[in-house]
Amino acid sequence: MQAANTNASEAAVTAGPREYVTVLVGDAMFGLAIERVHDVFVPTGITGVPLAPREIVGLINLRGRVVTALCLRRRLGLPDRAPGAACMAIGLEQGAETFALVTDGVGEVLKLGAETSEPVPINLDARWRNLASGVHRLNGRLLVILDIGALLAFGEALAA
Amino acid sequence: MDDLLREFLTESAEHLDTVDAELVKFEQDPNNQPILRNIFRLVHTIKGTCGFLGLPRLEALAHAAENLMGRYRDGLPVSSASVSLILATLDRLKAILADLEAGGTEPAGSDADLIEALDAMSQEPAAAAVPVSAPLVVQALQRELKPGEVSLDDLERAFMEAEGPDELPPLAPLAPVAEAPAAVVAAPPVPAAATAPAPAAPAAAAEAKPVEMTPEAEAAAQKNRTIRVNVETLEHLMTMVSELVLTRNQLLEIARRHEDSSYKVPLQRLSHVTAELQDGVMKTRMQPVGNAWQKLPRVVRDLSAELSKGIDLVMLGAETELDRQVLELIKDPLTHMVRNSADHGIESTGERIRAGKPAGGTIRLSAYHEGGTISIEIADDGRGLDLAAIRRKAVDRGIASQADVERMSDSDVAKFIFHAGFSTAQTVTSVSGRGVGMDVVKTNIESIGGMIDIATQRGQGTTFTIKIPLTLAIISALIVEASGQRYAVPQIAVLELVRIEAEGTNRVEHINGAPVLRLRERLLPITSLAGVMQADAAVGDAPISGFVVVAQVGRQRFGILVDEVFHTEEIVVKPMSSKLRHIPLFAGNTILGDGAVVLIVDPNGIARKVGQGAVSSDSATQVDEAAEAALDKATLLVFKGGGSFKAVPLSLVTRIEEIDASKIEWLAGRPLIQYRGKLMPLVPADPAIQIRSQGMQALVVFSDGDRAMGLVVDEIVDIVEDHLNVEIVAERSDLIGSAVLRGRATDIVDVAHFLPLAYDDWARGPRAAKAKNPTLLLVDDSAFFRNLLTPVLKAAGYDVATAAGADEAIARLKADPEISVVVADLEMPGRSGFDLVAEMRKGGGRISALPVIALSGAIGPDSVTRARTLAISDLVAKFDRSGLVAALADLDAAPLDQAA
Repeated sequence: MQAANTNASEAAVTAGPREYVTVLVGDAMFGLAIERVHDVFVPTGITGVPLAPREIVGLINLRGRVVTALCLRRRLGLPDRAPGAACMAIGLEQGAETFALVTDGVGEVLKLGAETSEPVPINLDARWRNLASGVHRLNGRLLVILDIGALLAFGEALAA
Repeated sequence: MDDLLREFLTESAEHLDTVDAELVKFEQDPNNQPILRNIFRLVHTIKGTCGFLGLPRLEALAHAAENLMGRYRDGLPVSSASVSLILATLDRLKAILADLEAGGTEPAGSDADLIEALDAMSQEPAAAAVPVSAPLVVQALQRELKPGEVSLDDLERAFMEAEGPDELPPLAPLAPVAEAPAAVVAAPPVPAAATAPAPAAPAAAAEAKPVEMTPEAEAAAQKNRTIRVNVETLEHLMTMVSELVLTRNQLLEIARRHEDSSYKVPLQRLSHVTAELQDGVMKTRMQPVGNAWQKLPRVVRDLSAELSKGIDLVMLGAETELDRQVLELIKDPLTHMVRNSADHGIESTGERIRAGKPAGGTIRLSAYHEGGTISIEIADDGRGLDLAAIRRKAVDRGIASQADVERMSDSDVAKFIFHAGFSTAQTVTSVSGRGVGMDVVKTNIESIGGMIDIATQRGQGTTFTIKIPLTLAIISALIVEASGQRYAVPQIAVLELVRIEAEGTNRVEHINGAPVLRLRERLLPITSLAGVMQADAAVGDAPISGFVVVAQVGRQRFGILVDEVFHTEEIVVKPMSSKLRHIPLFAGNTILGDGAVVLIVDPNGIARKVGQGAVSSDSATQVDEAAEAALDKATLLVFKGGGSFKAVPLSLVTRIEEIDASKIEWLAGRPLIQYRGKLMPLVPADPAIQIRSQGMQALVVFSDGDRAMGLVVDEIVDIVEDHLNVEIVAERSDLIGSAVLRGRATDIVDVAHFLPLAYDDWARGPRAAKAKNPTLLLVDDSAFFRNLLTPVLKAAGYDVATAAGADEAIARLKADPEISVVVADLEMPGRSGFDLVAEMRKGGGRISALPVIALSGAIGPDSVTRARTLAISDLVAKFDRSGLVAALADLDAAPLDQAA
């Protein structure tokens, strides 16, 4: 329900240009609505949680708060990055909880209007289709906009 | 609901609780005017506010009660009957208030019965009344002073200045007024007493009044110094302070690493202030334990009247403070235990006199601080527990072996009464269904990290000691390491630490792969923390070194093997993320002084894992035994209803209650009762049962999740353990069939029939029966559904074996070649039903060919496709019992078709 709400609100605002924080995973680039992004930080001291869903890499102490770190690669069904490779985390809030989305890197903030926006192509992998809310045509590459609500909607549903 | 009304509800509830307790005191001490004044004032306040808010029903009731109390104030003698009547009125007021709170309006209904009774009692002639308030009338001296006599004022001054050893303690508001004059006369340093003995007494009486008033005035002043604060505000403060504590710890850690720092001093100051702030905020959450005891005098009084035995309740240390969250959680268990002591602990008056004890029994409730915990004792001077009977029963029930029982200490044996369904009483006809409740008490107390202990002496009484942590927010934890990761283990569960060497006396031995440790001539099962966390599966038989944390959860004692033990630390418990809450092994997480996040291990979760490991290990004998036990006996609760004996599996019963029939309410033609703050529908166990309108009504309470229903029965007869062999399948849908229990033909009640009667959405359908005897394996993680379906399947002609999970099911299938069909729930935590079937199909041989019927809460196209690929014969909705029976019938028909 939460996811549905965010979806609606995100879609509603698409009229004017919107700002996105871009993140990198492998060769692909993704956009996250800037309003939802609270922090960008280098994750250190991750405490693994045994028996946790695969997407969750562990818990991080973010300035005295315990945040749940989830791996964007695993969430997208991509292979893990090489051990020791650099990574960056994005702090997101959902309800009363804070999550950290671990990515390969964080790029610039882009301001994009409706003119470059496209709906999600129907031939996209089902997993990705559920997580994406749109695609922007940029010069030379594509930017997949991720729906943060959908991104964080896992766990209970998958565990069953 | 507007704020005014909400405020009124909160205050009235508090007032009524106070009145409840005060009335009981007043009944014992009818001459105590301050108590009466207090009661009168509180009821008057309620009445006044009701009038103001336009709540006519409450107002009328409060008015009638106030009238009667007004008569007491005027000197009407106090009788037990009248106090009972007022207490009944208070109960009604509370019930109306509860409805008001739920619905926002005053419920419809009439209180004419109570009002008439109250009025009738107020009309009674007060001719015989002794004016108890007489000594309080200030007597002015009617005549001139004679020479040598001292004026009243002088006398008073002398009295005030005199330092007598018998001086009235200023904080004794309940000191009976009548005694005050005697005490004063006896005081030797009053010079006027010798010369003017006559006016001394009235003077002293007049004097007694201001002394009496002081505490009241103080209480009034106190009232102005307190304010109401929203609990959420406090909780938020608490969270913030916890964060502050953590930040401070981190700073201290940094300071320790940097030798030359100018900020050491301010940091120390910050550290102090933080500690004090933490203390202060913790205090705001503290409430006297007496708040949880408020209802007890009333409970004991009512029980005492009902059971006609004299019971005195002594409460000590009511001012001992503890966290309000903890307080809320122990309220119900405490009430239950006091009821139990009054009901079962204290003997009948005759029995007591024969035993040479005082006729009236005493229940002593005391609370005191001890380290970081609070101890509460509930002691009665009753008959004590019959340990021999408990030993016998434990063996009969198969809970422990004869050898175990003999070796156990008395206190361990006594703890069997916390076992579900364990009753030492011959029958369970009494007020509280003992054995169905004590396990709940124990579970509740353990859920907040508390412990319960029993000391009992035959003929001398029983003492229950509860130790609970002062607060749940900050706990003391042992920091340990396993496979390179640190964990926090709550100190309360830790008994001791044992160092393990690879060789030598303290080494871990293995029995068929299961690690055990010899600890003081006992074997302690060991579980490796790394193994439980599945960090590295290869523990094997290799020599093990490290530490064993000996832990106890309930009666289960086990060792947790860790690589390293560091230190103990006070940690702030943070809840697990919603994505991780389903993992039973963790109670939360915390940030240590060095800034690292560690997981808090839940000893209860580990204990469950230890038990499960035993079942899923492929030691065939164990599985056989378990399988046999599963098919073996059933414990049934036998009751009378509609002229015949009926029985229901005890494991389905949540509680046995005996309620006051006058409290049954009828809404839309359906009987309901307020039960534990909720409305619970009542359903008669047999159409022939009349729900009583007066006296006591016996109920068997069933619950599933939030829902509860009360099955109305005529009388609870017994708990019987027997082979459940349904001999005659009933034509009626409310019965599974009939069986012979203890030589009596007994109808076995189908609880599933009654649930939909209580709640329409508990789906059901008619049942078909078959006569065959193949063995069926029922796999479902919910004990409730296992218990629910087992009788249905037995009635459908199957021998039923059960398993609580996929692993257990596979083990059972391997062990028992008789199993010819599997009914499995698809939604199970851990490995799902699909995983189970996939593993069965993979295995080859007999097991892979077994027909499977799957149960599912939600049947979607996905699950249908998946079921088809796994060759699942049928997919049945979880509540569709007729569908399940029909699917089983189809299975039987299928081979015949092939043969033909």
